[in-house]
Amino acid sequence: MEFSDHIKTANVEDVVLRQPLHPPSRGTLCITGHHLLFSEREEGSSQQVLLLLRNIDAIEKRMSGSSGTITIKCKDLRVLQLDIPGMEQCLNISRSIETLSCLDNVSEMYPFFYRPTDLSLQDQWGLSTPEKHYTQMKELHERWRLSSVNKSYSVCPSYPPAVIVPNCIDDETLKKVAKFRQGGRFPVLCYYHRKNGMVIMRSSQPLTGANRKRCKEDELLLQAVIEDSDKGFIIDTRSSQQVHQARMTGGGFESKSFYNCWKRLHRQMERGKALQESLIKLVEACSDESHNVDRWLSKLENSKWLSHVQTALSTAGLLAECVERDGHSALVHGYEGTDCSLLICTLAQLIMDPFCRTLEGFLALLEREWVQAGHPFQQRCAHSAYSHARFQQESPVFLLLLDCVWQLWRQFPLALGFSEALLLRLANEVYASDYGTFLCNNDQERCALGVKDRTHCLFRALLRPAERDYYSNPLYEPTELAIWPSVHPQSLQLWRGFFLRWTQLTHHLEAVQEEIRSMVIEWGRVAQR
Amino acid sequence: MEHIRLPKVENVRLLDRVSPRKSRVGTLYLTATHSIFVESEAGGRSETWVLHSLVSSVDKQAANASGCPLLIRCKNFQILHFSIPREQDCHDVYLSMQRLSQPECYEELYCFSYKPSIDEEERRREWAFVDLKSDYRRMGLPNSLWKLSPVNQHYKVSDTYPAELFVPESATPPVLVGSSKFRSRGRFPALSYYSKENHAAICRSSQPLSGFSARCLEDEQMLEAILKSNPRSDFMYVVDTRPKLNAIANRAAGKGYENEDNYSNIKFQFMGIENIHVMRNSQQKMLEVCELRSPSMSDFLEGLESSGWLKHIKAVLDTGVFIAKAVAEGVSVLVHCSDGWDRTAQVCSVACVLLDPYYRTLKGLMVLIEKDWVSFGHKFTQRCNHLVRDSKEVSPIIDQFLECVWQLMEQFPCAFEYNERLLITVHNHIYSCQFGNFIGNNQRERKELRVHERTHSLWSYLWTNRAELINPLYRQNHSQSQGLLRPSTAPYCFKFWRGLYNHFDCGMHPRQSVEDYLRVIREETQQLEEQLDSHKQKIAQLEQEQGWSVACAEAIFDKSPTVWVFGKDLALANTPQDYTGGFLTSSPCTPKAPGSPLILPPQDSNQTVDSNLSNSSDQESGIADLSCRSPLSEDSTRDPDSDEAAYSAA
Repeated sequence: MEFSDHIKTANVEDVVLRQPLHPPSRGTLCITGHHLLFSEREEGSSQQVLLLLRNIDAIEKRMSGSSGTITIKCKDLRVLQLDIPGMEQCLNISRSIETLSCLDNVSEMYPFFYRPTDLSLQDQWGLSTPEKHYTQMKELHERWRLSSVNKSYSVCPSYPPAVIVPNCIDDETLKKVAKFRQGGRFPVLCYYHRKNGMVIMRSSQPLTGANRKRCKEDELLLQAVIEDSDKGFIIDTRSSQQVHQARMTGGGFESKSFYNCWKRLHRQMERGKALQESLIKLVEACSDESHNVDRWLSKLENSKWLSHVQTALSTAGLLAECVERDGHSALVHGYEGTDCSLLICTLAQLIMDPFCRTLEGFLALLEREWVQAGHPFQQRCAHSAYSHARFQQESPVFLLLLDCVWQLWRQFPLALGFSEALLLRLANEVYASDYGTFLCNNDQERCALGVKDRTHCLFRALLRPAERDYYSNPLYEPTELAIWPSVHPQSLQLWRGFFLRWTQLTHHLEAVQEEIRSMVIEWGRVAQR
Repeated sequence: MEHIRLPKVENVRLLDRVSPRKSRVGTLYLTATHSIFVESEAGGRSETWVLHSLVSSVDKQAANASGCPLLIRCKNFQILHFSIPREQDCHDVYLSMQRLSQPECYEELYCFSYKPSIDEEERRREWAFVDLKSDYRRMGLPNSLWKLSPVNQHYKVSDTYPAELFVPESATPPVLVGSSKFRSRGRFPALSYYSKENHAAICRSSQPLSGFSARCLEDEQMLEAILKSNPRSDFMYVVDTRPKLNAIANRAAGKGYENEDNYSNIKFQFMGIENIHVMRNSQQKMLEVCELRSPSMSDFLEGLESSGWLKHIKAVLDTGVFIAKAVAEGVSVLVHCSDGWDRTAQVCSVACVLLDPYYRTLKGLMVLIEKDWVSFGHKFTQRCNHLVRDSKEVSPIIDQFLECVWQLMEQFPCAFEYNERLLITVHNHIYSCQFGNFIGNNQRERKELRVHERTHSLWSYLWTNRAELINPLYRQNHSQSQGLLRPSTAPYCFKFWRGLYNHFDCGMHPRQSVEDYLRVIREETQQLEEQLDSHKQKIAQLEQEQGWSVACAEAIFDKSPTVWVFGKDLALANTPQDYTGGFLTSSPCTPKAPGSPLILPPQDSNQTVDSNLSNSSDQESGIADLSCRSPLSEDSTRDPDSDEAAYSAA
């Protein structure tokens, strides 16, 4: 293993660790290929801190005399400080951390080495597959089929090998449609609403270009989606100005004259860099030590994070309204169809579909809509809010999703089967994980690296009995009804559990969740007798 | 009744502020105490009651095609937007309501006509429910360090102070009188809180009349006496809650602050809480933000910031924390501002909540408000605008205290026996004038008005209805419930209080309540445990008497907990919002009319809950004899058909 090449000093004694919510402690620091391990050496205590190097977003070192201090800023927003005796040791450690925390060779990452005793690599990887999903959805079979046109990932590299499309559209047509959509992401079914048979489709933008190219097959496919109902809605996650600009670079939109049964609605959603900058600003605001409320509010506003939450929830609400209240099918896309489209499709399903609100259902939803549907996790989550590396592809879309789900949970505390703890866990795992679930950018890459054979699946691990217990919502009361979020500014709040996680404040609030759980358990115990 | 120009108007529309398409048509009735809007829709008999004493402003706007708009703003932050078909009717309603909502003398206030069917004996007991003497006894007073002084028995020394005051044992009447002459409005230093664990005390007063150089021997002796009453401490703090600049400006008017050189062993500290005018304007600005129809996130946050409201809340809480810490460390504190009835009341009571778990109980909060606010002469009549007087005297000082408590509750959800609903209910009744507690500016005025003989007390009323006001998460032995609260005062801890300021915009609140759920669970757990105990006793008895052994006695318990039934109703409290309003980017396909629904109105039957949801904004419902109405709060007396009512029934 070449990890050792990067480790000049593997052990340092007499290191002082300072971390939030704990008094400083003295002990031994070890560095391995994937971890930083600190073991306290005080009498009678055996506290250990094990940190995945992948979790480290940025480090700063400061030398003074013969010793040095390394500040470690983690992707889970924790900030740790290590006082290391010996200048050379300190430099070695910091160099190792710098290198090992951002190795970009996926197959060297920790999930390929993580071997817990209670999981076996022979277990099924993932909760389901597109094939299984289709088989279970009996209602679909009359009008929809499972197509393996993408079996070898040749039609769309970021789609899974099997996708659901209208019955009457054959694979040849799909291939043509794929050529007309960015990245080959032709419209596929993502949700079937049992109550009225309406569907949500998602895709990437059509490549109409400046000269308004059209594609008969694409028009046919969309016509087949609405069949004989009078109209469908296209929710475009860009403004109408943006879509016109997109034509100049070869992209475009479904023009009214060629898709006359489809009505376009535009909702501009930020993505990419803008979202990443928003996160950076918010995290910076949260760590501002000045005791100035005005400054805090101004920075909070300036970060625009809550505006993004508001837009995402209200766009998802609009989508759900189209389908659930209005009884129309909808197509969702923006540019590539790998970010905001997935975000609002996921939220809309949570709003409408009771099964998605269970613990299993939610994890299955994430697997379907993010892992299988090809959200480029590796690119989006390479760095978080502290990194100084100037980013190309980083964007916290998945984190924004978790924040929106948290807002839903706040507004409907009894309607979701999972707890805030699950959302926090996912927010960690997506940036640094023992599991292979969030590795790579799509199914094709995962197959090429053997992720499904050589790593363990997070979602399955979260459904083990102890985890299931811990991550379920003790107050859960299933409801068949849609849960419509309020998107008034007054109704949306900063997700303290995540952004202020390492403060005393959140510490108190966690105690409350424990209190609630024990009340419910107590009641269950008494009621059972 | 002579003020009612028009007792009834038909075909009035009540517009929903958040989603205008949800307006309702009905009849508006004007009575001496309330205006009542009765929806004419067949089936639902929904009513909206507006207590005139809660109305803060009535505005008539220019007539438009659909009628003549009348905007009613209430002191509990409810806003009602009526549209009246005829201009003349609107004008009559406007004039009537304006007069009815602005009583000119005390006799007109609602509390003097509010006569629930409670007999005299009972009424007297109501007023005895909160007894300040017993609170001082609870603190361990009087003792060898502090004594009850009769000096203000007939309000001769300070007409805005209570008759009974605790002062240091060593403070003689001449010292008290001398000190009072050196303090604004004669408000000499008197005890507010005493910690029997470490003898540290919080005393309060008004500013000294020090001017640029004046001294007063008795005042210096008075502070010396306070210091002496804390034998373990060799210094005390004097906290001036004002910004330094304000205090300096007061010196020119012969007032000012203590010179550290003239008093032995004091540490002097300015705190920087702004005055009543700044607070009034700040709240006004914040309410304008709350009123925006569909603000963007940025509009809202910018508005909130520029109102400065949360900054002021933080200043009050910071000062409370400073005082509480000092006392916890065994150092006594003298607190004052200018007159010692606004900022001083705020910070003393906040410090008490932080220091003493008793004030975090329901009874304790009542006692605290009675002590630091009512008895020490917070000018409720003027600050709450009970009577038409000087609008410059109006200021939301007590709102800020209640909000500080709420902010603390948000940080320590297990530490308070009462819940947010209690705070909102208290707020409502401070302004409603339904009870006598907050009538008048001080004890002397209330005596003159014979408030205790002619009105009812809020406290016993709340106590009777406390089931709804209790926090199910509170446990006396929880670590958060013990001792001194140490809140974080980082800026991000201060949140906008939606529950109070947007209380009536029900679409903004969480659609399901964890608290209500837990309350049911808790009650059920208790009931079941009691049942279990009593059955166990019976079994034991039977076994003793007859030697029976009852093996399966437990089978009698209901195994299907009733709480499961209400989850379904909970989720019903929910309809889609106007997701299109305000956020649309223009596009060739989308209609641009503001607020016009892109999506057609609902056709499916699921949405019948729609009307329920909007009903729940009604303050009260169900027709009853006006005179014996006693609305606890809008929460507890909702439309019986509405979804929310189902939770409390469950």
